[in-house]
Amino acid sequence: MINYFPEEVLWHVFSFLTSHPDRNAASLVCKSWYNVERFSRGKVFIGNCYAISPERMISRFPRVRSLTLKGKPHFADFNLIPQDWGGNVYPWIVAMAKGSTNLEELRLKRMVVSDESLELLAKSFPNFKSLVLVSCEGFTTDGLAAIASNCRFLRELDLQENEVEDRRGQWLSCFPDSCTSLSSLNFACLKGEVNVAALERLVARCRNLKSLRLNHAVPPDALQKILAQAPQLVDLGADSFVHDPESETYNKLKNVMQKCSSIRSLSGFLDVNARCLPSIYPICINLTSLNLSYAPGIYSKELVKLIHKCKKLQRLWILDTIGDKGLGVVASTCKELQELRVFPSDLHVVGNVAVTEEGLVAISAGCPNLNSLLYFCQQMTNAALITVAKNCPNFIRFRLCTLNPTIPDAVTMQPLDEGFGAIVQSCKGLKRLSVSGLLTDQVFLYIGMYAEQLEMLSIAFAGDSDKGMLYVLNGCKKLKKLEIRDSPFGNMALLADTGKYETMRSLWMSSCGVTFGGCKTLAEKMPRLNVEIINEGDEMEGRPDDRQKVEKMYLYRTLVGPRKDAPDFVWTL
Amino acid sequence: MAKDGLGLETELTLALPGGGGDPSGSMEKKEKKRVFSEFSSDETTMTANKNEVVGWPPVCSYRRKNSFSMEEGTKMYVKVSMDGAPFLRKIDLSTREGYSCLLMDLEKLFGCYGIGEEDSSEYVPIYEDKDGDWMLVGDVPWQMFSRSCKRLRIMKRLDAKGIGLHAKDFHKGISIEA
Repeated sequence: MINYFPEEVLWHVFSFLTSHPDRNAASLVCKSWYNVERFSRGKVFIGNCYAISPERMISRFPRVRSLTLKGKPHFADFNLIPQDWGGNVYPWIVAMAKGSTNLEELRLKRMVVSDESLELLAKSFPNFKSLVLVSCEGFTTDGLAAIASNCRFLRELDLQENEVEDRRGQWLSCFPDSCTSLSSLNFACLKGEVNVAALERLVARCRNLKSLRLNHAVPPDALQKILAQAPQLVDLGADSFVHDPESETYNKLKNVMQKCSSIRSLSGFLDVNARCLPSIYPICINLTSLNLSYAPGIYSKELVKLIHKCKKLQRLWILDTIGDKGLGVVASTCKELQELRVFPSDLHVVGNVAVTEEGLVAISAGCPNLNSLLYFCQQMTNAALITVAKNCPNFIRFRLCTLNPTIPDAVTMQPLDEGFGAIVQSCKGLKRLSVSGLLTDQVFLYIGMYAEQLEMLSIAFAGDSDKGMLYVLNGCKKLKKLEIRDSPFGNMALLADTGKYETMRSLWMSSCGVTFGGCKTLAEKMPRLNVEIINEGDEMEGRPDDRQKVEKMYLYRTLVGPRKDAPDFVWTL
Repeated sequence: MAKDGLGLETELTLALPGGGGDPSGSMEKKEKKRVFSEFSSDETTMTANKNEVVGWPPVCSYRRKNSFSMEEGTKMYVKVSMDGAPFLRKIDLSTREGYSCLLMDLEKLFGCYGIGEEDSSEYVPIYEDKDGDWMLVGDVPWQMFSRSCKRLRIMKRLDAKGIGLHAKDFHKGISIEA
């Protein structure tokens, strides 16, 4: 019956398929569906840029308009991967330019982006509308100038946490007077000066501007003038805030804030005098998202006063200086909270007792809608985790990080196996989990048994034996990404089920027990995996012994074999 | 297995910093040291003397570099000279919250008052930035200042006469009309 549907009908039906898993599933049904789907797919998501080549992507999806690419493995964030590892976007842009792709949107995470790439991007795609760069590096403000000058229909330029070299140019002034289409501009991560007058004019003519995140080079009186021009803003990031509550700038800012009734999301405050916070009280009542995690200058009392006014908060990113008591205030005020991230303010383990299990328990009791957590804490207990699991069964993301990586239950001195076990048992929709603290193989038994929807698991300094890793590999059917460091898992676990890795995006293992011999065996058995070893220093002179332990291994499934851009220190076995 | 080398036997219980009423606190501290020193012989990624682990806690490098108070251990000591004083002092910019805090501390260091205040002070604070230029303190946001300041000088206002500087009260606002 289905074979007789004309293609137009299939087209129409597929236009309702937006999620990638759904489209991927549809394309597997039959040849006809595969073809209709591939010509109708506009948004392509590639979780590992080395899993496929740009040319093959374009030939399969010729009508791609939006491309999302991820490069380096997650642990690159924590300095575990040397510079020049790879993840360069240039080949992708070249291929799409050659293929006359009608690219409108490019979203990159953990990739290397050169100015040359940005220039080619800016000049090759006349309908280009949206550039989102997250945790990328390799470009300067010259590249941004190229984007600003050439992308006539640019709607979104969103730079999040990138390492950008500031060339002190006038990139902002490169937006021509005819550019009025911007709806989102985020340059908070840039270190250098911007042409404030050009910024003010740009904001004034972009009437659709909804999201604006400024860097700390934009002074407070400019901020106030900008806000006066853009009362329609929904999302505001301001790093440089006013310092003096008695100044005229402060008064102007206070007045203009009262008119910004559309603001729902606030971030920045790198540089704030807490006495000036009352200027934002008028918008607090409407805030759904607040990011104060870069604002060390706000002390508990002022923070609590601020939180008290944010009754509609759904997302809160904060430093652990808020303390357990402060989290108690969040719990009693922010009943609609869904996502909480508590970052460490002091990286030394022996520091102030910042937040503990008490804060987390309070949050779980007060905020039943909590589904996403990142919590850096001084200590934790099984009892607390069991309570949290009972109070909040809706976790999709649960990442707990004890500042001391192998700390046991603070009360019983037992491993934290039971606590995490309770989390995975209760939270049936859990997709992402990071565990820490003293943990034995038992916790992995629980994870393998209960975490049926788990897609990403991060393990550090945990487990006793290969059994731990095997429980996870055998149990978690939907596992996509597994990253492990400093844990006693070796060849036995690695080689037990080699076919598993083709069902996953990637596996990272560093400072574990796997050896060269083990990795070589795996690479020989599985030609559609790239097994990469990262060698640093001089222990890798000549051919290493098969029995030698591998410092860092990254393996991933791929359709295109070993990558050609691997640097000297990366060996593909 | 790697168990011994990594020292992850569960017999080793790691005490909380500051102890938790544990009678064998001192022994556990020794054991804690042993764990880390075992690491330093096996793993090149750990430094035993600082009890630090590479990449732990897992905070992304952007956040590490940009969260000011996380620069523990990177003290920002700069020299401070005052015109007429026989010797210089040093001040740690990383532990100051802002300009008003800095100026108060400078006053305490040199025993004079109202540095930077318009009429009452005979002194003006200036600093040398990364480019080697001498700048008036207070023009840029604190973060930017503390990162680019190489040294401070408390200059006699008389020496600055004729340049047309009118610095308003530093303790309150940051507005300079040059």
